[in-house]
Amino acid sequence: MSTATRIAASRSTDQPLVLGLETSCDETGVGIVRGETLLVDAIASSVDEHARFGGVVPEVASRAHLEAMVPTIERATREAGVRLSDLDAIAVTSGPGLAGALMVGVAAAKSLAVALGVPLYGVNHLASHVAVDIVEHGPLPEPTLAMLVSGGHSSLLLVPDVTDDIQSLGSTIDDAAGEAFDKVARVLGLPFPGGPHIDRMAREGDRVAIDFPRGLTTGRDMERYRFDFSFSGLKTSVARWVQAREAAGEPVPVADVAASFQEAVTDVLTRKAVLACKEHGVMNLQIGGGVAANSRLRAMAQERCDAAGITLRVPRPGLCTDNGAMVASLGAQMVIKGRAPSDLALPADSSMPVTLVQA
Amino acid sequence: MSRVVLAIDTSTSVSVAVSAGADWAMGWSDDPRGHTESVAPLMRDQLASAGVSAADVTDVVVGNGPGPFTGLRVGIVSGLVFAHARGIPVHGMCSLDVLAQQALEHVREGEFLVATDARRKEVYWARYRVDPDRPEQDRAVRLTDPAVVRPADLPEEVRSLPTAGRGPVLYPELFPEPLAVLDVSAGVLTGLALQRLDAGVDLPVEPLYLRRPDALTTAERATP
Ligand SMILES: [Zn+2]
Repeated sequence: MSTATRIAASRSTDQPLVLGLETSCDETGVGIVRGETLLVDAIASSVDEHARFGGVVPEVASRAHLEAMVPTIERATREAGVRLSDLDAIAVTSGPGLAGALMVGVAAAKSLAVALGVPLYGVNHLASHVAVDIVEHGPLPEPTLAMLVSGGHSSLLLVPDVTDDIQSLGSTIDDAAGEAFDKVARVLGLPFPGGPHIDRMAREGDRVAIDFPRGLTTGRDMERYRFDFSFSGLKTSVARWVQAREAAGEPVPVADVAASFQEAVTDVLTRKAVLACKEHGVMNLQIGGGVAANSRLRAMAQERCDAAGITLRVPRPGLCTDNGAMVASLGAQMVIKGRAPSDLALPADSSMPVTLVQA
Repeated sequence: MSRVVLAIDTSTSVSVAVSAGADWAMGWSDDPRGHTESVAPLMRDQLASAGVSAADVTDVVVGNGPGPFTGLRVGIVSGLVFAHARGIPVHGMCSLDVLAQQALEHVREGEFLVATDARRKEVYWARYRVDPDRPEQDRAVRLTDPAVVRPADLPEEVRSLPTAGRGPVLYPELFPEPLAVLDVSAGVLTGLALQRLDAGVDLPVEPLYLRRPDALTTAERATP
């Protein structure tokens, strides 16, 4: 068999081997997938460094990305048992995210593409959150409705084709859902990041103890902001409630506050997600982002989807938070569907709209 | 066999050079927003102009800065990742040393400064002396560690030395003796690095930030 025939044969049978880089916030993620199979998901997190500051400090994150980049790439290829020279393509988060942090990943990905002579795909972070479920639960039903909830985003998306057609149905008009968890955790004296701590405290508490407000869920708001979210009022309401207790010299029932707050957030999220599915005639809901790790959100979403006959897909928690596998997964779909690679001059775009899947 | 060197500096503008013995190529970009955009295309284009492929490169050299952080990191990570992908060594060099070497076109003896834009009304700077007994590619001896300072805080006898870099362009009244050397040349970076490597000097890659991140820890915020 000639070399050309052999290459053609191997291309027709083999799935593309794609490395994905993610640096939009505080995780340096390097994932490698072959087609729709996850080989490795290597992560270096700088979250401990940010904890001292009570939140993510962009410059601290950027410095950590630079330090972690080569070691994390090295670890990913070693654990996956592949060589960089075996790769068919590189994918990278080109936005949205922290500008300086994105630039480290985008520059690294471009340099890999030049050094290895392979195509580069600059992809949207939010689209990657959707595409990651392909390596977890197989091909995405089309269309899918996706709800992405994290410290940086809260979006409801209609996804006819994750490689080139994503429509935004709504998003937060103030704080992201995860941000609300962080802020309420601070009010309750719990450490950063707040999500896991609130989830844990809430298990001991009464979720109907306090009736916290559900933002944008009634009357005119449901017309104007049908699939949008607002968590800033909820956060303020929790802070006021706690302050009033303290001012009265009464103890703060931390577990009840955590449980009631968490209930308010998950109630709004799941109610709007299910409504969006119904109104758009989509019978598949996928939840992603760091807040998807929340146990109450998962339980309530399952309950409400079951009641409505909607199939719910939620990747395992490690794939819900930011990671490189999700970028590699979307990159592999781009290759499989024959999408043209990005230009080597592609920029990092900190405010990349979700409707733009590829840069 | 001679070395094929890929050199990248993003501490001032973006400069990329590839040298393969007699064949060499250098390109640059001064688009202030464009570090992330321009480095990789410059790498690809200089490799092509020098008539070599990525697989031919034997060494990578990067400018360690100091320089504005975001742009500086783009060059350093590009060099680190390229070297890792090709399985070749990567070396780092203080970017002020490169400007000092470039300044020797204009200063033949005595002491001089390099002062570059550190933003926030400050400059990155170091003091140098011409040493005619040293090899031609590495004749500027650094006398002080790279540092960041408000130019007005430098003693007048220091400020009035001949000064390379954009410091004198930004603060002409404070640096009265400008030298016509503004941005780092990756070509000069290559020559300087090769000279030091041949002399057995270890050249670690290490970003020179010289400032800590702008943020207070929760403990610091609590202390008035
Ligand atoms: Zn995310």
